[in-house]
Amino acid sequence: MTGYLADVAALARKDLRLELRARDTLPAMLLFVLSTLVVFHFALPTGADEVAAQGLLWVALVFTALLGLARAWAPEREGGALEGLVLAPSDRSAIWLGKSAAVFLFLVAIEVVALPAFSVFFSPLDGSAVLGVLLANIGICTVGTLLAAMAAASRTRELILPLLFLPLAIPLVVGGVGAGVSSEPARYLTFLGLYDAVFAILCWASFEYVVAE
Amino acid sequence: MAAAGLVGLAIVLAFLVAPEDADQGISQRIFYFHVPIALTAYACFGWGAWKALRLLWTREERYDLESYVGVHMGTIFGALTLATGSIWAKASWGKWWVWDSNQLVLFLVLFLFYSAYFMLRFSIDEGPRRANVSAVYALFGVALIPVSFFAIRLAEDFIHPTTFTRDGPQMTGTMFLAFCVSWLAMSVLAYALYRVELLGKRLDANLRELREALT
Repeated sequence: MTGYLADVAALARKDLRLELRARDTLPAMLLFVLSTLVVFHFALPTGADEVAAQGLLWVALVFTALLGLARAWAPEREGGALEGLVLAPSDRSAIWLGKSAAVFLFLVAIEVVALPAFSVFFSPLDGSAVLGVLLANIGICTVGTLLAAMAAASRTRELILPLLFLPLAIPLVVGGVGAGVSSEPARYLTFLGLYDAVFAILCWASFEYVVAE
Repeated sequence: MAAAGLVGLAIVLAFLVAPEDADQGISQRIFYFHVPIALTAYACFGWGAWKALRLLWTREERYDLESYVGVHMGTIFGALTLATGSIWAKASWGKWWVWDSNQLVLFLVLFLFYSAYFMLRFSIDEGPRRANVSAVYALFGVALIPVSFFAIRLAEDFIHPTTFTRDGPQMTGTMFLAFCVSWLAMSVLAYALYRVELLGKRLDANLRELREALT
């Protein structure tokens, strides 16, 4: 077990170090999410209520996550490293978990800027909305990382990822928006937790088949 | 043949034998097709996922094609569900699309999901990799069905629901009979189409193999 966790940590650390050195994904995601928020200001006519803005926050978050996910396996693909990782004598699901952890940290880093920016531009967010974002992050990174690996195996790559991801992200958006706007957010947070658990287990069990021949 | 006969019988039962709905009139009769088609679509998706699981479990190649054909049938019946549901919505509520019908919204989500399945499948070169990736995606589908169902239920609370409900009077005996026959007919039809497509695809594969062996 400790060996497994050490593998996961090493793989996640590798991604973070790559990002710190090359800095090609995070700044792009950050600029993207801020630009979308500005676009939303003009997309919302005067008189649109704050609840509508809450919904748009989720559009921004999901599309920003897609931007990051499209690049998630790029270093492995360009360097041909995935074959090496698959052949390494460790559990293959560790590759997925390590990548998911890295993507999760990227998302959190983006949201540290995006959520305050949203509060300033539109309306303040309460604690349950932030908790909803965090829980949805888990779902986004677990499912998204696996789908990105699938997309990387196909010829169309970045083109196909949104098509695979968006139908699966709809429940996350429902849970996230509900946690933000509903008067009883606990149901939505429970739902998000349930989604995370179901899909994390499914991804964990099936990742091996996606990368192995 | 059996499928065609059953579908004919279902049509006769639905239009001639079952009593007219007092509230909705003739348009209610599409219920005898809409709901059985929807149930059949679920069954096909489930079948496709079951075969996908068998493929990952046993690594036998033939399950790949069976899973694909199952999902294909599910998508066809899913599209039919959307079409019949839309016609029903137009007839009884005057609009082609209503977001209030949870079933229809769920089918729209599933339709998008499974359309992406075909995009994914056809953008990977044939081989074990394609089989595995398609199988994993098909398995995600059966997990998505209940999750989306709950999600759409939950979303009703903040996407204002309107007041009409679908719960009319209970089905009478003949109505229930017509419904069951139609359901059976759709299932047999789906199974027949499944066999035909599978046979065609296998023949095609065999022919290609033969041609490659000859050249």
